[in-house]
Amino acid sequence: MASVLISDVKKAFGAVYVIHGVDIDIGDGEFVVLVGPSGCGKSTLLRMIAGLENITVGEIRIGNRVVNHVPPKERDIAMVFQNYALYPHMTVAANMGFSLKLRGAPKEEIDSRVRRAAEILGLTPYLDRYPRQLSGGQRQRVAMGRAIVRDPQVFLFDEPLSNLDAKLRVAMRTEIKELHQRLRTTTIYVTHDQIEAMTMADKIVVMHDGIVEQIGAPLDLYDRPANLFVAGFIGSPAMNFIKGRVTTDGAAAFEGPNGVRLPLATAPASSDGRPAVYGIRPEHFTIADDGVEVEIVVVEPTGSETQVFASLGGEEIVAVFRERHPFKPGDRIRLKPNPTLVHLFDETTGKRLNA
Amino acid sequence: MADIALDHKAGTLAARAAAAWERLKVNRNWLGFWFMLPAMAFLILFLAYPLGLGIWISFTDARIGRAGEFIGLENYQWLTDDSIFWLSVFNTLLYTAVASVFKFAIGLYLALLLNKNLPFKAILRALVLIPFIVPTVLSALAFWWIFDAQFSIVSWALRQLGVIEQNINFLGDANWARFCVIFANIWRGVPFVAITLLAGLQTVQPSLYEAATIDGATRWQMFRYITYPLLTPIIAVVMTFSVLFTFTDFQLIWAMTRGGPVNATHLMATLSYQRAIIGGYLGEGAAISSAMIPFLLTAIMISWFGLQRRKWQHGEAHD
Repeated sequence: MASVLISDVKKAFGAVYVIHGVDIDIGDGEFVVLVGPSGCGKSTLLRMIAGLENITVGEIRIGNRVVNHVPPKERDIAMVFQNYALYPHMTVAANMGFSLKLRGAPKEEIDSRVRRAAEILGLTPYLDRYPRQLSGGQRQRVAMGRAIVRDPQVFLFDEPLSNLDAKLRVAMRTEIKELHQRLRTTTIYVTHDQIEAMTMADKIVVMHDGIVEQIGAPLDLYDRPANLFVAGFIGSPAMNFIKGRVTTDGAAAFEGPNGVRLPLATAPASSDGRPAVYGIRPEHFTIADDGVEVEIVVVEPTGSETQVFASLGGEEIVAVFRERHPFKPGDRIRLKPNPTLVHLFDETTGKRLNA
Repeated sequence: MADIALDHKAGTLAARAAAAWERLKVNRNWLGFWFMLPAMAFLILFLAYPLGLGIWISFTDARIGRAGEFIGLENYQWLTDDSIFWLSVFNTLLYTAVASVFKFAIGLYLALLLNKNLPFKAILRALVLIPFIVPTVLSALAFWWIFDAQFSIVSWALRQLGVIEQNINFLGDANWARFCVIFANIWRGVPFVAITLLAGLQTVQPSLYEAATIDGATRWQMFRYITYPLLTPIIAVVMTFSVLFTFTDFQLIWAMTRGGPVNATHLMATLSYQRAIIGGYLGEGAAISSAMIPFLLTAIMISWFGLQRRKWQHGEAHD
């Protein structure tokens, strides 16, 4: 096991920079998720850690060693690919033992290590099968088995669950997390799915357009997003954003579109009159008589909760309720945002304004 | 009592026949048979009939302008004592074996080369196909000129370099002639092998090589453990075709040497043509041709077993 230190790493393809200076400090045994929309550079960064891409500028350390010019096989890492990249002409056992075979390990050692990994992953009955004969989830497990067998310093996962159906994805998510809790190997996991990131990570790195937007524990990112991008990316349904400005005549409040007034606990310093964005998560609305009147557009019950899309001063917002309400489109209700859970962002820079 | 029983029996038989016909009318296989007939007719007319006719002629003493009579295996008996025939068998086997081995090796090498990220990749790939596109007779004429006894550019170049003092009699010396026709055949056959194998190489997922890189494979190990095994099905197909084409080659030889010098480059196909069409002994020529069948069948059988889907290709894909 080892820590991974990424310092001011940049990546250019030709003249185009796709990663513009990234610093990430990954502790020993940590489970770090790189998350962001497609094209944000998260997979490229992972491939640079793996050694499949050159590092244009900057430095990557695994343990105490700078690995910029160390070939992949000497970095002591294992990678799970999105399409699993299982060797189709080799059995499950041969797939898992391939790296050991290349290293010239004795046959008994390969056998015992493959068996142990197969036991951990419940693959023992399938050791003699070929990848074609396995289901998606089993293939996924073989790919992980191939990584485990090597007992590497760092596990790298490149969107490993995207090819699975929704139900299996949830199951494998738990399995990977359990595996990490059991093996405690430093893990870097790339995904575009913020729910995967929230549920699995010790630490989330939110990336966007080749830069790191925010690094932090899942709930920290959820509770205190540093900017508009993170606020909009983390959480589902996404946070509501309402443009307007802060007013401090009388009690602090936020003036939204068409003169809608939204509550604020405190106004951030020197924010009076400044154009700002008022962010409130869908689950932080309550129905109250002193709330703001909205008109319901669509009601989406999911069973465990109900999502209500409504028009607030002409802007569409979404609210989520755990309890059931007999709402119909066209109904007018009064919604009140919880003022202590409001996020305020600068409209131009997108930076968080309130503490 | 007995009459009634018989009547009853006849009745059931008729009923059964009618029922069978009813069943046949809705039988999908029976219907399928009728749909298959036109294709079958074409195959019989254009493939089975000429083949059958050729084999039949080999059992007769037919000559040009005279229908033959059945003479059994006499033509074949005649051939077993014919040293020229055996020479042509030897030539054909040598020609096929040497040319196929080189075509495979060079073709595979070219395919691996062309599969890399080279500048002007598309143009290079197109260039490789040129020997395949040029009509065989044309390229054969070119080689005939290149290997000409008097005007050969190879001899000229070697003389200028001071390597030799006299022109090499390329097509006049038995072994040189064999070398020349094999060389021309390799030149012509490599593109087919190279392009087909290139197509095969491109079906290998790049992520497999990345996985292998991380697993610690060297370039040779990647070829040995990943590229080659994944390519075996397509190698089997392309080499079967290559062997069949080479074994039955006619044009190249006929245009370059006509089997000479002193039959040194006669293949079974050219000898058969010479005996049957030039010499007029249709029966004997047909027998030489028919004698190729066991060889070709052997090659097909080998590839049949080689081509059988490997175990790793079996099973359902759960995609």
